[in-house]
Amino acid sequence: MTTTTPALVAYDDAVRRYDPVIGIEVHVELGTRTKMFCAAEQSFGAEPNTQTTPVSLGLPGALPVVNGTAVEYAIRIGLALNCQIAESCRFARKNYFYPDVPKNFQTSQYDEPIAFDGWLDVELEDGTVHRVEIERAHMEEDAGKNTHVGGSAGRIHGAEYSLVDYNRAGVPLVEIVTRPITGAGERAPEVARAYVQALRDIFRVLDVSEARMERGNVRADVNLSLRATPDSPLGTRTETKNVNSFRSVERAVRYEISRQAAILDAGETVIQETRHFHEEDGSTSPGRVKSDAEDYRYFPEPDLVPVAPSREWVEEIRATLPELPQARRRRLHDEWGFADAEMRDVVNAGALDLIESTVAAGATPAAARKWWMGELARRAKQDEVELADLAITPAQIGELQQLVDSGRINDKIARQVLDGVLAGEGDPEAVVVARGLEIVSDDGPLLEAIDAALAAQPDIVEKVRGGNQGPVGAIIGSVMKATRGQADAKRVRELVLERIG
Amino acid sequence: MTDLTRLSAAELAETLARKEASSVEATRAHLDRIAAVDGDVHAFLHVSSDDALATAADVDARRAAGEELHPLAGVPIAVKDVVVTKGMPSTAGSKILEGWIPPYDATLVEKLRAAGLPILGKTNMDEFAMGSSTEHSAYGNTHNPWDLDRIPGGSGGGSAAAVAAFEAPLAIGTDTGGSIRQPGAVTGTVGVKPTYGGVSRYGLIAMASSLDQAGPVTRTVLDSALLHELIGGHDPRDSTSIPEPLPPLVEAARQGALGDLSGLRVGVVKELQGEGYQAGVLARFHESLELLTKAGAEIVEVSCPHFGYALDAYYLIMPAEASSNLAKFDGMRFGLRVEPTDGPVTAERVMAATRGAGFGDEVKRRVILGTYALSAGYYDAYYGSAQKVRTLVQRDFDAAFAQADVLVSPTAPTTAFKLGEKLDDPLAMYLNDVATIPANLAGVPGISVPNGLAATSEGGAGLPTGFQILAPAKADDRLYRVGAALESALESTWGAPLLSRAPELG
Amino acid sequence: MSTISRDEVARVAALARIDLRDDEVDRLAGELDVIVDSIARVNEVATPDVPATSHPLPLTNVFREDVPAPALPVADVLAAAPDAQDGRFAVPQILGEE
Repeated sequence: MTTTTPALVAYDDAVRRYDPVIGIEVHVELGTRTKMFCAAEQSFGAEPNTQTTPVSLGLPGALPVVNGTAVEYAIRIGLALNCQIAESCRFARKNYFYPDVPKNFQTSQYDEPIAFDGWLDVELEDGTVHRVEIERAHMEEDAGKNTHVGGSAGRIHGAEYSLVDYNRAGVPLVEIVTRPITGAGERAPEVARAYVQALRDIFRVLDVSEARMERGNVRADVNLSLRATPDSPLGTRTETKNVNSFRSVERAVRYEISRQAAILDAGETVIQETRHFHEEDGSTSPGRVKSDAEDYRYFPEPDLVPVAPSREWVEEIRATLPELPQARRRRLHDEWGFADAEMRDVVNAGALDLIESTVAAGATPAAARKWWMGELARRAKQDEVELADLAITPAQIGELQQLVDSGRINDKIARQVLDGVLAGEGDPEAVVVARGLEIVSDDGPLLEAIDAALAAQPDIVEKVRGGNQGPVGAIIGSVMKATRGQADAKRVRELVLERIG
Repeated sequence: MTDLTRLSAAELAETLARKEASSVEATRAHLDRIAAVDGDVHAFLHVSSDDALATAADVDARRAAGEELHPLAGVPIAVKDVVVTKGMPSTAGSKILEGWIPPYDATLVEKLRAAGLPILGKTNMDEFAMGSSTEHSAYGNTHNPWDLDRIPGGSGGGSAAAVAAFEAPLAIGTDTGGSIRQPGAVTGTVGVKPTYGGVSRYGLIAMASSLDQAGPVTRTVLDSALLHELIGGHDPRDSTSIPEPLPPLVEAARQGALGDLSGLRVGVVKELQGEGYQAGVLARFHESLELLTKAGAEIVEVSCPHFGYALDAYYLIMPAEASSNLAKFDGMRFGLRVEPTDGPVTAERVMAATRGAGFGDEVKRRVILGTYALSAGYYDAYYGSAQKVRTLVQRDFDAAFAQADVLVSPTAPTTAFKLGEKLDDPLAMYLNDVATIPANLAGVPGISVPNGLAATSEGGAGLPTGFQILAPAKADDRLYRVGAALESALESTWGAPLLSRAPELG
Repeated sequence: MSTISRDEVARVAALARIDLRDDEVDRLAGELDVIVDSIARVNEVATPDVPATSHPLPLTNVFREDVPAPALPVADVLAAAPDAQDGRFAVPQILGEE
């Protein structure tokens, strides 16, 4: 390398002077029971090399057969992303030598993807919608996993080597490729993040993948280039590989914008290369330069025949697509009658599902929102956990709200009930009983407390009898105190006035 | 007692069924024959005596118990080493697979085992089936039983020689450009390349996936039909396997043997004769045509103008697919691993060193040719154009089959040449397959039937020639009808099978 | 038309991951040149109007049910491995790996 890396340009400065263009390739591992081309089971966390067949090990003589369910999932994804579904498409061989690729070629769709020409509207946190155009979604297979064993630690003394597990080899993938995403400007990192997040949500709703980022079910490669103005031709791009969390997607774009701006400011040219992302500091660094880069010698996979989804099949799949996340948000927004800002807060807090379930459990939308966005949000923040991870279910909140609505507890006591549920004492009803928190509505014990209070404060009784009702609050206060807040204050007032007569 | 090794598979099967001999006796007779002559012929890379005898004993016991058995149960068979056999070495004639014991069986091997055919062993072949002489085996030449100084054809020279030398009544071959039919022609045996997709490719160590096809190697047309019906049919593990059932092949062979071909139109392919074909080969070919005419067939001449480009297209498609199919031989998971002699020991460098040491000259030549043909900038001109020629060859076949029920030609342009004669001239070697390759490109079935002996340019007693019959895709039954008719007409002319004239060995 | 130089052979051999000795490179350059000259004849008839054929028979939509079958036993999987450790294949160090 002849160039030295110039310092980063401050992000705000960079986006003021350059127009970023992003491109994102997302790989999603499909949640089929078996692999793309053989009947080996695929599941997370199995012992090494216990999920292989001659096919996924690439043994001599083995032949692939396409998993029909994987094709169906790919079509589902294509339709959800508003793509055309190919009348006929093929697999090809992408030839490259690498120990985790058992055949030394990857079976992948190349010039004939199953889905193409789609789009996805991505909503940012403030409600801005950015349309991302999808170039294609194609099927392929995953590679195995290498574990590097360092020199001195290794079994072979002083040697560096790798251990390969082929359980993941042949797991079905769909790769979704965007067209260049332009017009995002300073919000490019947010758009990138929101796009990947929107895809993740879609995969889950479609039930085509568990889509767990931390398990590598969803992996993103982020392309970024800068140009002087939106009218300039596209600049040279870099591709940051395997960015595996939403936050990292955003950070990688930010970093590359700052880095490339610095290079361009220095009058140098950006090198087209793949880069690695570093979680620790959010930076990227160049990947290995391959000598035979890009000459993959693609040709149609002769061991497989074309996939030609009939239009009937495609329409059948389309008809059974579930409601997609964005449509669902719009529907719930209308049904619940929340203000725009309230709805955004709900979505951003990840409370949509929780509130929907709470409403289903009998609470009004307003009450459900009040709990989740109020008291529970406060507690989640205090404990630094996600709302959904709190030890309380929407059904329990629904039950809690019903206790309030029926007058058996009041809002203040409800918080104590919440404490009990969160502490694992059981459902709200059980907590109320166990902690003896039910509002005292039987007049007997209440009258006892009132009489005691009146006897203790004769001066106040006199004043009230004299027509001054102001001090009656002091009597009510001591009754409430005596009943540990479990009395209905309104009823207490009625009885006190009655007693004083 | 009759020599069990001299019987056809059908005759041996009947002998076993009548309990006139046991499978153990038949298997032992063949193992003895292998012990006696294979030192000279070298048809086998591995002989699995114990396994074969165990299968034979099991079949005998089941027969004694009155169990209903497959017609070929107990008839021993040899399997080309390119076919994967569980627990038995499978090297495909390559050093890179030396000692590899597969953990699974090819589908056709499963069928052989299920039907109770004792597997005598694995036969020699050109490395990864790349060759027309079996000289490219990493484990030494196979010799033609008709003349031990000559090639047995290839790539399946081992299977053809084993059958010709009475070391096995049946053998499995594979045919990518003629590797069953051409060895059949030069060893005086019958070889059939079924319709592409007619026999499962699951478990064949692939050379060119869109061309490879396994098939029978036998001494009679009927034996091929019997074996073809056993190994053929749909296999869900091979995506290119034909879903429909096979046409009745044994029935077609029996019917053909009656000798009546009335109403049959036989198309002589104009482009598959003449220049480059040995005079004796052409003489035998025309004599066979006369016999077919006598049997009632009508001979018509057809033209397949693009067959002249078939060899060229083949030598682009085959190496391209092979370059990718052979990428898995890299020393990482199985087989040979060789470390570079100097410099760092990285995966990349070990792969290159392993492949450099483990592949022979012809394999390197084809893998590099194929890599070149697929590499950036060349794809359209080479691989892409070759796939277009494939379309043109298919169209030629379609047009020809509109005029004729079967097409015929000499199987190979020459009789067996001397070992070493063409080893340094790849193009001359490739020309051996000029008549067989079009069928592979189009996927249509073909058979080679021994049709006489022809003197070589040096004179001599004569060496076997083959008569090729091609039929439309999925009409493999026509091969057997016409092949059996020709065989029976020839044998009544000769008074005995051609192989009875082969020199005694051992 | 002579197209395949020694350098070309060396480049392609690297792409195909095959170590070649110098004499092999020399020989292959000569042989491949002749072969490629010959087989390039396909372009005489491969005109743009001719579609390409990659499969001999026109099958489509050959799918497998998504039903698991038993995996190979790990012992079988690793039996042929040149080197193995902890249930995994041991391979020489991979350059450029994280």
